[in-house]
Amino acid sequence: MSMDFNRIKEKLNILADAAKYDVSCSSSGSNRKNTNKGLGNASNGICHSYSEDGRCISLLKILLTNHCIYDCAYCVTRKSNDIKRAAFKIQEVVDLTINFYRRNYIEGLFLSSGIFKDPDYTMERLIAVAKKLRLEENFNGYIHLKSIPGASDELMYEAGLYADRLSVNIEIPTVSGLKLLAPDKKHEDFAKPMLKVKNEIIRFKEERKLLKSTPKYAPAGQSTQMIVGATGESDKDVMYSANHFYKNFHMKRVYYSGYVPVSNDNRLPSIGTQVPMLRENRLYQTDWLLRFYGFSVQELLNAEYPNLDMDVDPKLSWALRNMQHFPVDVNKADISVLARIPGVGMTSVHKIMKARKFRKLDWDHLKKMGVALNRAKYFILCDSRHWERRDLDPQRIKGLILSTSYGKFRPQYSNQLSLFN
Amino acid sequence: MTATKTFIYDGSFNGFLTAVFAGFEQKLPFADIQKERLAQNGLFSETETIFTNIELAKRVWNGINGRSNSAIKNIYFSFLSGEKNLEPLLYQYIRKIMGSKHVASDFSDACILKISQTAQKVHREKHRMEAFVRFQLTKDGIYFANIEPDFDVLPLISKHFKERYADQPWIIYDLKRNYGLYYDLHGVEIITMDLSNGFGNSIQKSVAMTNEEYDYQDLWNNYFKSTNIKSRINKKLHSQHIPKRYWKYLSEKKEAV
Repeated sequence: MSMDFNRIKEKLNILADAAKYDVSCSSSGSNRKNTNKGLGNASNGICHSYSEDGRCISLLKILLTNHCIYDCAYCVTRKSNDIKRAAFKIQEVVDLTINFYRRNYIEGLFLSSGIFKDPDYTMERLIAVAKKLRLEENFNGYIHLKSIPGASDELMYEAGLYADRLSVNIEIPTVSGLKLLAPDKKHEDFAKPMLKVKNEIIRFKEERKLLKSTPKYAPAGQSTQMIVGATGESDKDVMYSANHFYKNFHMKRVYYSGYVPVSNDNRLPSIGTQVPMLRENRLYQTDWLLRFYGFSVQELLNAEYPNLDMDVDPKLSWALRNMQHFPVDVNKADISVLARIPGVGMTSVHKIMKARKFRKLDWDHLKKMGVALNRAKYFILCDSRHWERRDLDPQRIKGLILSTSYGKFRPQYSNQLSLFN
Repeated sequence: MTATKTFIYDGSFNGFLTAVFAGFEQKLPFADIQKERLAQNGLFSETETIFTNIELAKRVWNGINGRSNSAIKNIYFSFLSGEKNLEPLLYQYIRKIMGSKHVASDFSDACILKISQTAQKVHREKHRMEAFVRFQLTKDGIYFANIEPDFDVLPLISKHFKERYADQPWIIYDLKRNYGLYYDLHGVEIITMDLSNGFGNSIQKSVAMTNEEYDYQDLWNNYFKSTNIKSRINKKLHSQHIPKRYWKYLSEKKEAV
């Protein structure tokens, strides 16, 4: 078979460019084995390259087409935008995926699409690509399909049989924001396929308990993405919304994507406005605290504190507001308490738990294990006669920490620093 | 000061384990185990040459493995680092593990910490090679890749590539250590090749490759550029993730080399 490489290249440039605003490139969480000496497997996920923006490239992430019947203001593919349009044939996506995969460029495919004709018609074509890869090419690599808002339950059922992960991007965290920027889309249309997929995942899991040969259904689960900084939403709006998706739809991941201006629409930040990368970073840190550190969202964000501190990480910020919990004795405290010490990550928490069975830990041990003492030292006691004896108030601690740390985002808030020095 | 004993071995992992066996048999608290080529006698030490014995090596392997699975992995991985004078420390580590299997997680012990950190370094390199190997399709229908890893990780990545690319023949060749792995659809064997006529990296085209090969590389390079978000550029992070020494084997980075 011969391909018209120039034409494919042109399409690839357009349809990869249009797909790049979907931040997820995760290829982990699946457990698909290579069966019958076929091609590929999917397990832990590997970043095969990194783009110059520093993001992981793990999947061939493209749209099937950027033709779209919708006119969502925040989206580069919106109907009214004057851009080049293109569409891949199903076989072309299959060939690209297989040939990239065989060269060890990628872990698999992440296929999304503009909505042409109607949601079901679009979803059918996404499924056709995945089905061809699985059944004709015996491909066991990772496949992430976008669930098209409004797609029927039957199609969502079928999609999960071939895909490792399914995702619907909620994009706008508040209902009012969605009304303003995507008037053709209904909030329920997003929830419907998510709910179907969630229920199928539960059902297949139950069936597998009875019958081991039950086929896989979306083994890497569901994810969603929210754009931040497009509609004036607060961090509380974003994280409460994320919490809702984790709790009610069993999402594996919620992604936060700092809005990249793509439009001169006066409802949105203008082109040239800086992407809120620091804010995005703080939201991810908060997300981690919810999923791995045992924090509840209400502790970190509430009516009194609707937005995260930009100058310090959310755990430190919480600790400074809750000094009554500190200092913590690292040689005695419960694991859940250790996890709440600023500057101590879960890797260090586990190391501390193991190492303290052998001897009492001092500053040197902690430092060698990777604890960020410049932050942690104000909040802990260990096997040493040297500890912070001054009775420092939270503002003073914050100032001391800021004056001894160098964050990558430092230039963005350096003018605030003068307050503490 | 007690004189330590020096064991000279052939540089293989089995040779090293045989030396460990000898050390244990002689109940030595310390053993200075050295590779043949690099051996330097201590002024007051006695020297013994070790002849690699697979059976004895196996006994040591099984003995440690019975104690702790993560310890045997740490030992093998850190051994492959090829770091100078690591063997005496590994000997100490093994003695500690044989004393009590729990010590493998005592990260407040300098020896335990050092070995697990070295193993971690090798593990990172293994992972990088699983990511950065770039196969090129030869006219013989073999997917071929050159690598120059910091550590001797071919033995560690063999399983991954065999399981993943079960339906295509492939070769991964370590140019630094001049040997490679060849998978022929049945099993993986170790090979050496004469690669003097520029079987090359991503910068030089080779007549040995199919014509389509360069079309796919071109598509991949285009994809690499199109998926980048210019307003989020972060080159420091970029080269932190893909250190420059790997660039010449990545077709998407060849323009930047």
